[in-house]
Amino acid sequence: MKSIIRFIPLILFFLLAVLLYRGLFLNPQSMPSAMIGKPLPNFELPTLKSIEQRVGRDDLQGDIVLLNVWATWCIQCKYEHPYLLNIARDPRIKLYGLNFTDDHKAALNWLKQYQDPYVFSIFDEQGALGLDIGVFGAPETFVIDHTGIIRKRFAGPINDQVWQKEFLPLIETLEAEMAAGAS
Amino acid sequence: MIPELGHFALIIGLAFALCLSVVPLIGVAQNNHQLINSAKPLSFGLFFFVAISIFLLGYSFTVDDFSVKYIAGHSNSLLPYYFKISAIWGGHEGSMLLWVFALTCWTFAVSVFSKQLEKEFVARVLAVMGMIAVGFILFTLLTSNPFERLLPNFPLEGLDLNPLLQDIGLIIHPPMLYMGYVGFSVAFAFAIAALMAGKMDAAWARWSRPWTVAAWSFLSVGIALGSWWAYYELGWGGWWFWDPVENASFLPWLAGTALIHALAVTEQRNTFKHWTLLLAIFTFSLVLLGAFLVRSGVITSVHSFAVDPERGIYLLVLLAIAVGGSLTLYAFRAANVSSPSRFTFYSRENAILIAMSILVTATVTILLGTLYPLIIDAMGLGKISVGAPYFNAVFVPMMIALFLFMGVGPLTRWKKARKGELAKHLNKTSIFSVFFGAAWPFIYAGEFSLSAFIGMTLGCWIVLAVLKDVFINAKQADGRLKFSAVPLNHIGMALAHAGIAITVIGVTMVSTYEKEMNIKMAPGESANLSGYMIEFAGTKDVLGPNYSAIQGQLKVSLDGEFVTLLKPELRTYKVQRSGMTEAAIHTNLWRDIYVALGDPLEQNSWSMRLYYKPFIIWIWLGGFCMAIGGFLAILSKRYRKRVLVTEQKLTQAKPAVLQEA
Repeated sequence: MKSIIRFIPLILFFLLAVLLYRGLFLNPQSMPSAMIGKPLPNFELPTLKSIEQRVGRDDLQGDIVLLNVWATWCIQCKYEHPYLLNIARDPRIKLYGLNFTDDHKAALNWLKQYQDPYVFSIFDEQGALGLDIGVFGAPETFVIDHTGIIRKRFAGPINDQVWQKEFLPLIETLEAEMAAGAS
Repeated sequence: MIPELGHFALIIGLAFALCLSVVPLIGVAQNNHQLINSAKPLSFGLFFFVAISIFLLGYSFTVDDFSVKYIAGHSNSLLPYYFKISAIWGGHEGSMLLWVFALTCWTFAVSVFSKQLEKEFVARVLAVMGMIAVGFILFTLLTSNPFERLLPNFPLEGLDLNPLLQDIGLIIHPPMLYMGYVGFSVAFAFAIAALMAGKMDAAWARWSRPWTVAAWSFLSVGIALGSWWAYYELGWGGWWFWDPVENASFLPWLAGTALIHALAVTEQRNTFKHWTLLLAIFTFSLVLLGAFLVRSGVITSVHSFAVDPERGIYLLVLLAIAVGGSLTLYAFRAANVSSPSRFTFYSRENAILIAMSILVTATVTILLGTLYPLIIDAMGLGKISVGAPYFNAVFVPMMIALFLFMGVGPLTRWKKARKGELAKHLNKTSIFSVFFGAAWPFIYAGEFSLSAFIGMTLGCWIVLAVLKDVFINAKQADGRLKFSAVPLNHIGMALAHAGIAITVIGVTMVSTYEKEMNIKMAPGESANLSGYMIEFAGTKDVLGPNYSAIQGQLKVSLDGEFVTLLKPELRTYKVQRSGMTEAAIHTNLWRDIYVALGDPLEQNSWSMRLYYKPFIIWIWLGGFCMAIGGFLAILSKRYRKRVLVTEQKLTQAKPAVLQEA
């Protein structure tokens, strides 16, 4: 009996190793979403800055819309925030925020403290819209094209590398599509 | 040519490591003294060639050889020379080479400073270290070669080092951290050698102890520096984020702390041997696991290295061989380890046992929190992230319990405390600590605060316990105090415990009384931060070697008296085109004033972050105290006695053990 006890650490480690092996083939940042290729579902939610005002799908104006899911409880959001301020200056896109299951006061404070890169932020206190589009955590960023179709979902913080690799090519494709559609 | 020589030196190092991991073991098996003695020169060769390799990489950095891919990606001709050198470990490949170099330093040190040990035993230890070196040198050569060339079309200029890493903190933090990480391989090698030999006694623990304490001290410094760097460089004023990479360094530290205590008991009382063996394996496994987590990309982190699945697989195989192999060895050989336990409830053994249990529980809890996103993901349940609220909620209560026992342990006798003695020692200190803790918030802030009460009570409690312990040890038979009579390792222990108390006080004060202001300031405006007047006098443009910056000028005064001029910067690095805030901090023992520039607003006004951080420097001072305590303990004479002495002691101790069995 006692000798079996001595194998317990080995067995525990074996289980851990299997888990880590599985983990290697999961990319924590790329996530398939059932929503890709589908239109953004409609919603009716307040904005962060004025609880009275309700916004919906049609208020996300712009040819290429980026919807960034953020919250004050998320450290990586803090990390990507300076870069979001950068992106917001790109004339090709419009950046909207989806403040996800957050405290209203804290969220407002955050935008005051670190500046507001968003055209506006949707205040999704219950996570209703987040549930509809399949948000798992924050930060996450969705790309919506000029016809209102979700084209991409990216989980994890955006930095320069990610932007160059994951977003810029798609934005160029979308611009080409728009040009083709217009002509 | 030079980079190829570096590459070649590393390959020769690999050859030495291969020989080192095989030849001495054959010698031990055949009882061939010539082969046993070869361990030392082989260790030297390994160290020498890896040292040449890392030196040549550093040389190539200083001469701006951008035909080397790694250098082109992490350096630039405008970079000051000291950052060119520290850029060696500014990325994945070079930091692996630093890792290997640290490992060979330890191997070399073990071979030099082990004259008093049995030759067969040292041969086994060095062979195990050789095996680890083989694993990591192969990893470096096969998946992360820092000497890879970009020929024939190489860039004329490098991409520059990440601006966040262009800092004094990065020059010293990684070497300290890696010395700590890799140092635990020595404890691991000692444990494996003991299991191979089937012999585990107090002498073994005595040999292993100074090495383990040294590694732990390096790691303490490394973690403290890392936290300090994050504090002043990231510009958020935070000092610990429970990021997976931070956890990867903190987990071995916690397990290593438990290991040091287990070793102390094994050496002095010849018991807790299974604890010691398993903790030695566990600690080094956590080091390897940390390397895997950080470098394979299974977990997202703010500072993870470039992701490459091939590296992940290799590291996982390495982890499986090292940990799986050692635990298998343990499972089959541990039956030979007798670990008699003879102590009562009120004994130092029991206090340490409780402390170790708490430390291991804390380690496992943090490990679970770190791996939880991965577990959920692997089971297909979705993606989540575990943040600071979880870690604080589980970690803080456990530490409170641990600190309570830290005040009891040093004052309790081994085996059995005398009746009434413990109460006599503890009554006064506990009453004084509670009084001090309760009075502190009133004196400091004028009102009660529960967190300040708990933190200050515990800090005072730990300090009083070790002070009392030192006084008891210094007391001579005739009642005089003679501090030179206190053994050095005892003073080291006291200092390390006091370091914990200092850190606890720092953490308590900062988290209870810090002030934060986010305001818009126009030139000439001033703000009141906890009594300090901070006046914004405008901005200046300044030029650095590889960046240009806007520098804010803020006059800080207290009660009308000028204190300092703070100059926070907003830098733009020329090559990477990235902006970075450089906070300005005025530090003294009682508080930090921390100013960071936000963004320019209309009419020369700026958004600004002002922090008042009381006692924050204590957090890192505590870390350094722990490390100094550790290094003092190593200097203790007891570790340099000849084998003969320890063997005599053992023969004396043995009959008692037999009787018990």
